[in-house]
Amino acid sequence: MPVSVGRTLVIISAVAGTIFLTRLLPFLLFPEGKEIPAVIRYLGRMLPPAVIGLLVVYCVKTVRPAEYPFGLPEMISIVAVAGLHVWKRSNLLSIGAGTVLYMFLIQVVFR
Amino acid sequence: MRKQAEIHDRKAESGWRDYRRAFLAAFPHTIPVLTGYLFIGMAFGVMIQEKGYGPLWAMFMSLVCYAGSGQYLAVSFFTPQTVLTDVIFLEFMVNIRHVFYGLSLLERFAGMGKKRLYMIFSLTDETYSLYFITKAPGDVDEDKFLFAIALLDQSYWILGSGIGALAGSLLPFDAKGIDFAMTALFVVILTEQWMEKKNRPGVLAGLICGGAGLILCGPDNFILPSMCGILGVLLLFRKGLPGGGECGEDSAGTVEAEREQP
Repeated sequence: MPVSVGRTLVIISAVAGTIFLTRLLPFLLFPEGKEIPAVIRYLGRMLPPAVIGLLVVYCVKTVRPAEYPFGLPEMISIVAVAGLHVWKRSNLLSIGAGTVLYMFLIQVVFR
Repeated sequence: MRKQAEIHDRKAESGWRDYRRAFLAAFPHTIPVLTGYLFIGMAFGVMIQEKGYGPLWAMFMSLVCYAGSGQYLAVSFFTPQTVLTDVIFLEFMVNIRHVFYGLSLLERFAGMGKKRLYMIFSLTDETYSLYFITKAPGDVDEDKFLFAIALLDQSYWILGSGIGALAGSLLPFDAKGIDFAMTALFVVILTEQWMEKKNRPGVLAGLICGGAGLILCGPDNFILPSMCGILGVLLLFRKGLPGGGECGEDSAGTVEAEREQP
């Protein structure tokens, strides 16, 4: 261990506390029983699809479209997952097949 | 006295049966997260083990911190030079998107009693996302169902990090790329959201603000500006979007959504 047990525990506590705080914050601002403003209700309804969109972008943030393989494995797999999902609408099938396809693409096709 | 205890027993027993049913119903929905968390958890285990921390430390961190990118980042903190305020600041920035997750769940978590705090603690990207594509079957208690999803997801994460720290380098096959399961999960949820017309403006706001932020600010710093962009766009178009003003379904957002559809 690079630092003492005590120091490790202090660091872990700081990490854990900060992460928990980010998740707790909205619940602190709008505690149970308090009237939630209309604008917050609206945001609460509209944010999930937007956040999911952002998370998809987040997942491909390290892709470099200007260098080989030009983001092709990601692009092909994402289109395959979405297409398969529209077709069969089975979460497990779309995710499973998409993941296997991606692994095949980066391990075998675009080495 | 005895009668009271018996009633209490029976109550507890039916409580357990409810939980059992909730876990059985929830498990299939969590399988994508199981795949993803086992392997990205293992990646974390390998990283922390290379720093000199064993499987117990890895699992302890996954138990009390429980955040993918947050824990990856934390690995770099275990040096004598680390300043504690930096730890707090960096972790806050990496996880700042979570501040907005709760806004959608304020009402859903209300009245969950003792479970509520754990539901908030365990609000990762994946668990949060699952809440929007799963629904408890008719005979299963909704609160217990959500709790089961949360608890199962974290158990996969803890398990994965333990395995990674113990034997991550001994994996019998090349697992490179398996973390794509997480991307695929988000793509599936995005597709589901897209199929419901009223969600399209939101999906587009997320993709466009995310893409613009990534191009303008680069991969390390784009989440916060993109998140602000999303809030700005949603507030700006509030009157025109479904559920925003009085205009209802036929909104400017939907028209725009259809025009930009690939």
